[in-house]
Parts: sequence; structure tokens; C-alpha cells
Amino acid sequence: MNQTINKYSKQIIIVNSIFILFWLTISIFPFIWTLWGSFKVKADFFSRADWTYALSGFNTLIETGATTTIKAYLESWTEGEFGRATMNTMIVTVSVVSISLFLGTLGAYALSRSTFKYTFYILIIALVFRAMPHITLVSGYLFPFFQLNIWGILPTTIIVLVAINQPFTLWLLYSFFKTVPKELDESALIDGCSYFQAFRYIIMPVMWPGVVTAGLFSMMLAYNDFTVTALLLNQHNYTMVPKINAYLGTVEYGGNYMWAVSSVVSATAPLFMIIWFFQRQLISGLTAGAVKG
Amino acid sequence: MPHRTFFWFILPTALAMILFIGLPIVSSFFQSLHIENEQVLMEVENCDPFGCTTNVRVDVEATEKIEAENPLGRFNGFGTYTDRNHLAFDEIREAWDNKTSIGEFKDTVLNLPFYKALLFTLTFCFAVTPPVIVLGFIVALSVNTLAKKLKGFIVFGTILPMIVTPLIGSLVLFWMIDSQGIIGASIQILFDDPNLSLKASSNLTWITLIIYGIWHNTPFAFVVFYAALQTVPQDPLEAAFIDGASRFERVRFIVIPHLYPVATFIMLICLMDNFRVFEPIIGFSAEGVAQSLSWMIYQDLRNENKMLFGSAGATSMLTILGIAFLLTPVLIRTWKEFKTER
Repeated sequence: MNQTINKYSKQIIIVNSIFILFWLTISIFPFIWTLWGSFKVKADFFSRADWTYALSGFNTLIETGATTTIKAYLESWTEGEFGRATMNTMIVTVSVVSISLFLGTLGAYALSRSTFKYTFYILIIALVFRAMPHITLVSGYLFPFFQLNIWGILPTTIIVLVAINQPFTLWLLYSFFKTVPKELDESALIDGCSYFQAFRYIIMPVMWPGVVTAGLFSMMLAYNDFTVTALLLNQHNYTMVPKINAYLGTVEYGGNYMWAVSSVVSATAPLFMIIWFFQRQLISGLTAGAVKG
Repeated sequence: MPHRTFFWFILPTALAMILFIGLPIVSSFFQSLHIENEQVLMEVENCDPFGCTTNVRVDVEATEKIEAENPLGRFNGFGTYTDRNHLAFDEIREAWDNKTSIGEFKDTVLNLPFYKALLFTLTFCFAVTPPVIVLGFIVALSVNTLAKKLKGFIVFGTILPMIVTPLIGSLVLFWMIDSQGIIGASIQILFDDPNLSLKASSNLTWITLIIYGIWHNTPFAFVVFYAALQTVPQDPLEAAFIDGASRFERVRFIVIPHLYPVATFIMLICLMDNFRVFEPIIGFSAEGVAQSLSWMIYQDLRNENKMLFGSAGATSMLTILGIAFLLTPVLIRTWKEFKTER
């Protein structure tokens, strides 16, 4: 029976394939185009005269003597100090992921195991916090941070990103902890474990899939953030995304477009690779709260 | 779990959230009640061989002293909320009194910074969300029919626009749509109009931003719908098949009703996230014709001369009010869900 239902007629298969191809083109092509263009000079990638120059590398050949060039990469990584920005991003991302997982697992475990009513209110408050636009929070940070003289440095930004990330991490881990049977840690408690020991030695080992998913989302938030990093860090400490924005407009870098193009490639490539490996976890996390309803 | 243990487990995360989400909102509100210090002016008499002149200039020393005593500025009550850059009560009253037609009144109001930004923010929210839901559903349906081997790669390709940060996503599109990029240049040739470009009219810019919004948000709708499709019960589908329902009828009368709750969830999340639209405006360099509420706050904080904390705080509070309005249905839903779970 199932076979007949799921058998598709030829027309449907054809229409479907065309649609999927069309859709994939829309979602992937811009990235491929940027990757390709990053190896050309500006006159080719932004060619007024003829867009086929971007394919043939007409001006690139004239300017550099070859049809492809890695000039933009070399310059942005040396003169543009993109390496420093990469380093900052790595520091921020690793710290944010580890701290928010540590705080989040502790909190979510408690929320999933307590039977008192206040857990519900804590979760609701977290939901409200999750909805706050980041820029409104930043407008609240700046003044106190200037007064306390902690503006512009990486640790401040890391703590802020951890906090902004907590509501989502809590909700996600909470729904994962709910799926771990209570009997597991209850039996450990009867055997004489403390709550912390039960959490550490009994529950955590079976929670890895949930932790990986939550870590992935923390990573994307920290890696991709623009609002917080652009306003809370000084130019010297910029992470990759605000750095790319700085290449575009400021006098300092002379609006060097090709640096921005090559940096966009440098910044997205590692992200895409990580997502390729952890696709499953990402999708399970996105649907965790949604499908129940 | 006893209260004591619960307290120690939740303390670190609660502390982080209270300090860096709760307090900033209070701090924003507090800032919005204040306004920047006035500069102290003084009269200086300049005497030279041709006589004496008096000039008014800023007394730097006195200004700095006031600044040091009152770094937040002077108290202004709700003055900032009603000034020209925010709710603009006086300007609206004036426009209402002097209006010759309703259309003119509408134009005047929508040219005030706050209402202009609100109009764009709302237009963006409500223009992006419906196509996102429809497209996401169609893509999910068609990916679902594919062979298992292909699915992995296609799902990965489909979610790419969602993974990159909005700034990078909008830049990547902007470089193609720009008058010197591949799509922009081709369109110019196609319509034989060398002046046709994204920046030529505000309508075109708005449409481009909305297209970007759809491109960025559809993957999320797709992923959620795709997961939900796996939970559609098979029995009614089989029954409908035996009764002679066509494929379209089966989708229309069985699959879609099953996915209604999921669609509302996607809609609310989309509305909430798009209400904060801000990075695409920077990516597309569309500041001239499209401003959003978040962009207004960013601009106040990026002010060259002096950060306008008061103004940014007031806009923040108004934005939070808007979010609260959109959030109410989500809260009610969560409330009910939690009640039934117990």
C-alpha cells in the first residue's frame, strides 16, 4: 500500500527536479559567485562594461598577469589584519561555546528535574529575554561599560554573548533533558549520589547529542554576531564580521572592496564546513520546540 | 529537587541573564529619561586695536565639569519620547491642524523619522513572512519526495542562506544585484536603461530588501516544515488514497491541516526576528531610503560627535513595546502547552 501511495508519476518527478534545481541555484549560486569573484580584481568582479569579464578575468590578466589572483587574500590578511580578526573570532567563539554550555547544562538540568511552579516562570522569562532585539540590549550596555571602563575588550563581549545566548540554550537543553528518563538519576540518588554527582556521572554521558546541538547554536551566534561585536569592541579587537564591515566604508581601509569579498570567503568557508559535518544536530535543534505543537 | 539544590544549579545562568539582559533593559529605560548635557556658553570680549567685540563660545572647562558630575546628562522625563525624532506629538498635532487633505497628513507623518522607520519595519515583517511560509512549505514537500541519497546534500544547500550572518548574506547578494554586479548589469542591458539600478528608487530598494528577507528566512521555514512532514500520520493518507483523492487533494485536506500549528509557530518566530531587521540595511547600503527601528538605535550609538544615549534608549523602549505586542500570542501558546503537560 505504502508503495503505491509514494509512487510518483513521471510529470511530478520532472517538475519536482526542476524546482529543486532552481531552488538550489538561488541558495547556493551567490556563494559560488563570491568565491569565484574573490580571485579576480575589482574591475572584473564589479564590471560596468561587461559582466563576462568576471568569468574571463580580462582586467585581472592586465593587472596581474594571470586570470586568477590571490592578491586580495594576501593583502587583507597582512595589511588588513584579517588574521588578527580571525584570532579574535576564535577566542570569542570557543569561550562563548564552552561557558554557555557549562552554565546552560547546569540550569537546564535543574529546570527539567524540579517539580515546583517557579520553573515555569523562569522559562517564560527566558522566552521573553530571547525575543529582545540585541541592539536594544547593547544600547543599555554602552553607558555602564564606559563608566566601568570595560568597553572595547574581548572578555566583556564574551560574557555579553554568553548571556544573550542563555535563553535559547536553556530552552533547547531543557527539551533535551526532558527526554532523559527521570528514573535514571533517581536510582543514582537512592544509591547515595548527590544531585551534582548524578548530573555529572549519570546524565551528562547520555546527553551528548543535545550538548552538541546546543554548542552548535552557540557557535553560530558567537561566530556570526555583528550587532554586539561592532558596538562593544574597539577597532583593534574587532572579530571577523565587523572587520568586513570596516573594509567597506571606513577611510582607514579606503573602502577596499576586494578585501571585503575575499574576507567574506575566508569567514564563511570554515562555517560551512562545520555545518556540513553537524547538519543532523542543527536540524534536530531547530525542530526541537516546533514539532510538538 | 529541593529548593536549595535548584538554587545553586540555576544561579550561574540566572545571574548571567539578570546582569546582561534584565539590567540593560532597566538601564536603557533609565537612559531614555535623560538627555545630553547642554554646552555651557560664555561671552568673551575680544579687544584689538580696532575696538572690542563680544563673541559667544563654548566654555569647555565648565562643560567638562558638568559632564563629569552628570555623565548621563540631565533629567528630561518623557521628553525624549515625544520629541521630533520619536513619537513627535507636537509635529503630528501641527500637521493635523494644517492639513489640507488626509493624504498630505499621512505624508507628513510618514516623513517623521520614527514613523518612517516603523513603516519600513512593519512592511518588511509582513511582506516577508507569508512568502517564507508558502515557499518553505513547497520546498519541504518537494525535498521530501527525493531519494534518500540525495537528501543530505540538498538539505545542506538549502539551509546555507540561513547559516551565514545577515550582514554577509546581504553583502553577497548586494554584490550581484548592484549596478556593477552580474544580475544588476544584466537587468540594465535587458531593459536597455543604463540608469536602472537598485539605488534609483526607494521602491526598488525596499523590494530588494524584502527579496533578501525571503531568501534568508525560507530555509528556517523549510527545516521546520520538513521535520513536521515526517510526523504526518500515514493512515488517513492511505484512506484518502483508497477513496480516490488525488495527490493535490491529499496535501490540501490532510497534510496542510496537520501542519497548521507548525505554520503559526514559524509565522510568529519570523515576525519576531524580522522586527529587528537591521544588518541587511547596512549590507545593501540602503540607509538613505530604508530605515528600521534597530537601525535608528545603531545610528544614535554610532553618532560621530556624541553617543545619544537618551535617544537610543527611548527608541529601544518603543521597540521592546512592539516586540511585546508581537510576543503575546507566543506566550499564551507556551502557557497553554505547559498547562496541558502537567
